[in-house]
Amino acid sequence: MEKFITTTNLTRLAEELAANHRVLAPVATGCTVTFRRFQPGMTLDLHSRMAAVSAKAGTFPQTETLFLVKRDTTEKKPELIETLPQGKNVVIGGRPCDARGKLMFDPVYGTEKIKDLYFLQRRENTIFITLACDRPETTCFCHSVGSGPADPTGSDILLTLVGDGYVARAMTPAGEDILKLSLFTEAGDKGKEADAKNAKAREMMGQPHDYSSAPATILARFDDMDFWQAQAAKCISCGACTYMCPTCYCFNITDDDLGLNSQRIRTWDNCMSHTFTLEGSGHNPRSTKAHRLKNRVGHKFSYYPDLHQGVMACCGCGRCIKQCPVGIDIRQIVKAAQEYSE
Amino acid sequence: MSQLDTLKSAIKDRLGELECVIGWEQGYDPLHATPLFIRTEADLDRLIIGPLAVHNLATYLTAYKGKKIGVVVKGCDSRSVIELLNENLISRDDLVIFGLCCDGVVSQRKIRAALPADPGFVEAVDISANGLKITVAGQTAMLNMTDILADKCRTCQHPNALISDVLIGENRQSASSTSLACQEEFEAKSDAEKFAFWQETMSRCIRCYACRNACPMCVCRDYCIATSRDPLWVSQDNSPAENFMFQMIHVSHLAGRCTECGECERACPVDIPLMLLRRFMNKQVQDVFEHQAGTDLEQTPPLLTFKVEEERINERGW
Repeated sequence: MEKFITTTNLTRLAEELAANHRVLAPVATGCTVTFRRFQPGMTLDLHSRMAAVSAKAGTFPQTETLFLVKRDTTEKKPELIETLPQGKNVVIGGRPCDARGKLMFDPVYGTEKIKDLYFLQRRENTIFITLACDRPETTCFCHSVGSGPADPTGSDILLTLVGDGYVARAMTPAGEDILKLSLFTEAGDKGKEADAKNAKAREMMGQPHDYSSAPATILARFDDMDFWQAQAAKCISCGACTYMCPTCYCFNITDDDLGLNSQRIRTWDNCMSHTFTLEGSGHNPRSTKAHRLKNRVGHKFSYYPDLHQGVMACCGCGRCIKQCPVGIDIRQIVKAAQEYSE
Repeated sequence: MSQLDTLKSAIKDRLGELECVIGWEQGYDPLHATPLFIRTEADLDRLIIGPLAVHNLATYLTAYKGKKIGVVVKGCDSRSVIELLNENLISRDDLVIFGLCCDGVVSQRKIRAALPADPGFVEAVDISANGLKITVAGQTAMLNMTDILADKCRTCQHPNALISDVLIGENRQSASSTSLACQEEFEAKSDAEKFAFWQETMSRCIRCYACRNACPMCVCRDYCIATSRDPLWVSQDNSPAENFMFQMIHVSHLAGRCTECGECERACPVDIPLMLLRRFMNKQVQDVFEHQAGTDLEQTPPLLTFKVEEERINERGW
């Protein structure tokens, strides 16, 4: 199904959806764009720039309460309160790389044996209304990891900017239901314009880099700590790269003891941090930043694709590159492994 | 010889005796530099300096304990080196300092605000003494250096490295102004307004700790109390209150130590104006202890010593 929606009506759509959904949308504060919980009256900013942090929080919030514990001052047994996520969510204005991120979570959190109900419930109840990109940034490489600037994978609706509005294409029944709203009109010839824009954006990305040798070549460097120390020299071991990333799915679990009302929470974790693999004994198998960077690059471009039919655990959004305080470029590290010669 | 060529030649003279020399090279696009670890003369060819060389490389020094290395520092970065020496965290004998006389560096945030399209679409950058000519998404804009200078450079009192083995370039003049409009505007707000501002701003914080890890004075590194589990000092919940708590810990642990290099604010991926907190605290330290961190090799940071009677703290007077 293909329809058209004006820019003004897209804001109205966001407002209408906000009545019975938790809507996440890009909102600007000065020249900083981040995904915020959208409320009527806020201004959507889909175009000035890509949001600094990915839309991962739509299906995997930074802090998820796993359960609450209520006690009183008597000897009574504490009461456990379930907090499985309720309600429906919409992510408006993510990019194809944002919508695709959750697909890398699926084979990890939705297996036959292990089901992460918190993730799966959000996954099931979140609609992605995604904006196709019309121009690549210097850090974009989605076309090299099996995607592209108008890739609809993972989206319910794909929007392409045409004139004063968007050509909207439904990819799922949930998307079709939204396109039936009266805010949308017939797309007519605008569909062809959208196709041309999508094709142009893809053309601007140029030739993709071939990562097919990455899993084996990265693995071949596994014991070569000189290689990883050189790659990690400038890393400052913060978590900007992992927290920005649409596909990083690791988490931490901590108990917040708040007196009579306590909670167990899980929060995004970061494999670049020393505590990520710190064992109870005090031993740390990844004691240096070189070990940790090896893991992050290896996981995305070697171990994950080896386990999951060659799919890279990377959407090519480039946020880890442009938000890195010291400008580490994951593309260069993988390339260095691919081109390594004794 | 240009400043860069003089620097290259000075590094070449000392490279043989050093594990590496830390400088900058061109980064992933024409608008970004990135730290460079020079080990060979071939690496040296990639060295750059100038307004894009924003990183304070002093942040790497404590990791090289026991090894002799070189580092290239701007005036502000040299203050961090002095503070690390004051605190006995690095050894002067293990360090060769290539000091620069600096004309200031850019604020990527100001560039982003000034350009007609996102700097992610940058195609070309032409750097001159007046500013940057930047082409983004097919449009070219000339940005004057005065408009895109980092805030710290607008009030810089130490443009020439305060400590060095080799000082490269002609001495630059200090900035004439020592006050920033953004700081004054913020401090003029009422407590309620400030609280509302931080509530809103800290809701953006993702606790990635880029601010902490970019800081040359945050030397606890892997053992920060923000991530300790036992005891659990700070909740991992990323609510505005907990995020602000972490930032308060960060700022108070830098009391008398912060050299105002601005790396915390520069590193923040969601543009939290952390220097508002730093500058305010540094002013308090200046008022109470008459101390400016990293400006004198002989001074002792006020919280690393004590006096029975502090001259400006009236302990029994109230």
